[in-house]
Amino acid sequence: MELICPAGTPAALKTAIDAGADAIYCGFNDETNARNFPGLNFSRAELSDAIALAHRRGVKVLVAINTFPRAGAVSLWHRAIDDAVAAKADALILADVGLLEYAARRHPAQRLHVSVQAAAANADAIAFYAETFGARRVVLPRVLSVAEIAGIVREITCETEVFVFGGLCVMAEGRCSLSSYATGQSPNMQGVCSPASHVAYEQENGRTKSRLGGFTINSFEIGEAAGYPTLCKGRFTTKHGTGYIFEDPVSLDAATLLAGLRDAGVTALKIEGRQRGRAYVEGVVRHFRQALNALDSGLPIDAGQLMPFTEGQATTVGAYRKTWR
Amino acid sequence: MQLSLGPVLYNWAPERWRDFYFRIADEAPVDTVVIGEIVCSKRSPFIAPHLPAVVERLRAAGKQVLLGSLILTSLPRERRQMAELVNTAELLVEVNDLTCLKPLVGRSHAIGPFINIYNEASAAFHAQRGATRLCLPPELPMSSIAAIAAALPSVLIDIFAFGRVPLAISARCYHARLHKLTKDNCQFVCERDPDGLMLKTLDGADFLTVNGVQTLSSTCANLLGDADALREAGVGSFRLSPQDCDMVGVISIFRAVLDGREDAESGTRRLAQLYPDVHFSNGFLHGVAGFLSVAPDARTNQRPGFREPIKPHML
Repeated sequence: MELICPAGTPAALKTAIDAGADAIYCGFNDETNARNFPGLNFSRAELSDAIALAHRRGVKVLVAINTFPRAGAVSLWHRAIDDAVAAKADALILADVGLLEYAARRHPAQRLHVSVQAAAANADAIAFYAETFGARRVVLPRVLSVAEIAGIVREITCETEVFVFGGLCVMAEGRCSLSSYATGQSPNMQGVCSPASHVAYEQENGRTKSRLGGFTINSFEIGEAAGYPTLCKGRFTTKHGTGYIFEDPVSLDAATLLAGLRDAGVTALKIEGRQRGRAYVEGVVRHFRQALNALDSGLPIDAGQLMPFTEGQATTVGAYRKTWR
Repeated sequence: MQLSLGPVLYNWAPERWRDFYFRIADEAPVDTVVIGEIVCSKRSPFIAPHLPAVVERLRAAGKQVLLGSLILTSLPRERRQMAELVNTAELLVEVNDLTCLKPLVGRSHAIGPFINIYNEASAAFHAQRGATRLCLPPELPMSSIAAIAAALPSVLIDIFAFGRVPLAISARCYHARLHKLTKDNCQFVCERDPDGLMLKTLDGADFLTVNGVQTLSSTCANLLGDADALREAGVGSFRLSPQDCDMVGVISIFRAVLDGREDAESGTRRLAQLYPDVHFSNGFLHGVAGFLSVAPDARTNQRPGFREPIKPHML
């Protein structure tokens, strides 16, 4: 299985290559990608240089152009596609059907991957993307169990890529407007979720409250680490009580499931976190490289070492084992 | 401007569901009615016995009837349900997930608000494959709606104009989670909240509503005040989403305002009487946070239910 690693900067890309990545995914420093954070991502020149460097080291670069183009400004996204192709990207990761159509028509030789943001959650939807646009790989939404993934792989003709580590969308990706409801900015449109520009922390009655767009997302004891107010991972109240209504603040860690994913026929494993620093990239990529080496040699996989890199210092195997089903 | 009634998103008792549509057929000045269970496939068997009678009653009353497809399709059983829907339906299907698009290509169909159409190119993609009406995602701002409508003058553009706004769908059921049940053994606890379960912040501000696997806004969309601008932009239909209130009354108010028999302010006042204790919102349309209510002229933002955000430097 290929190990697909995040890079938010040229430095992180080099780190990921050194740590054992088979492929790196990254994006341009604008609203065409779903990690459009200040100070993150690649200029045109940086991307060309990064791809040249990666290719010299035998590593592929996948360019994410996975937001949904703003009406009336689609040419900005078309230019991103043209520039990524010119820079010799090994694949484009796209979500919008209009962009997939454009890329397939304009650059028929270019390898296309269907982004997780396209939310292709079953074999019929995947077949639609593969047949309509010639997509060669689909990044599966994080709503599927390992058994379901195996079933999908048996039915489809294109490759599959699954997330194995990092931040975990609770909702179906690419189909969520929670962030723009609270802040006016969304993953689909602006490439951001729960943006830092709308975050505030306030001390009140001996507690620190984290807010997003004015809404209180969580509350912590003074001195307790106040987590980032990602909307769907907050504590809220209903008539049944108070708690983490959607999901506890946990990160995905599927290291223990690698054998199952391999047996399911998965082609590539993806690590989330283009917004994370070089220490994260170095630690997580190296760990998964070692885990894959162990898997290939039939040795046990050393799990649980990545806690420092997780949200709330807690992990889950997410939907891969649907304990909540 | 036409009116379309979206599918009931909540788990209403089957007889209540049937009687709701009977009354819509008999009394509501609505052009198009979308029916079917689109949120949770486990609920579908309950309304299935009543579907034929509801379709017949609505059609006899001259309504166009669309069948909505599931928003999130993942299980084999759900895929079979969707295959059946598109293969047997003599009714127009409203597609809410690309799962069921392939067999519909080349056949007239509708695209629902859960398909990501954010621009004129993706709208044209669907129109070229047979979509004759597009209910656009509620998140879209006016400028995007206008650009899409201008590019596709022959396609009916439907805009989410009333109801709690669907914001997210999940594989996981939050009603089951709240009641400490598994999804497979959920006991259909979502039926206890026919208008969704209110979720408040720790400060007690209304924030969201939970409807099984779906999350909606706590505010209720109301685009009455934006009707003229939307009509000007080329919008041909307003989508009204059923809530636990007098929907015939709601539809009648929209009809009156759209026909110029009542002004938007008066219509909004009457909406607030029919559906009390809820804040209205139109922020998405104005390109700001979706929960906000933007006055069409004054452009003043009203932030319901809580204080201004506290900036980090104030700590």
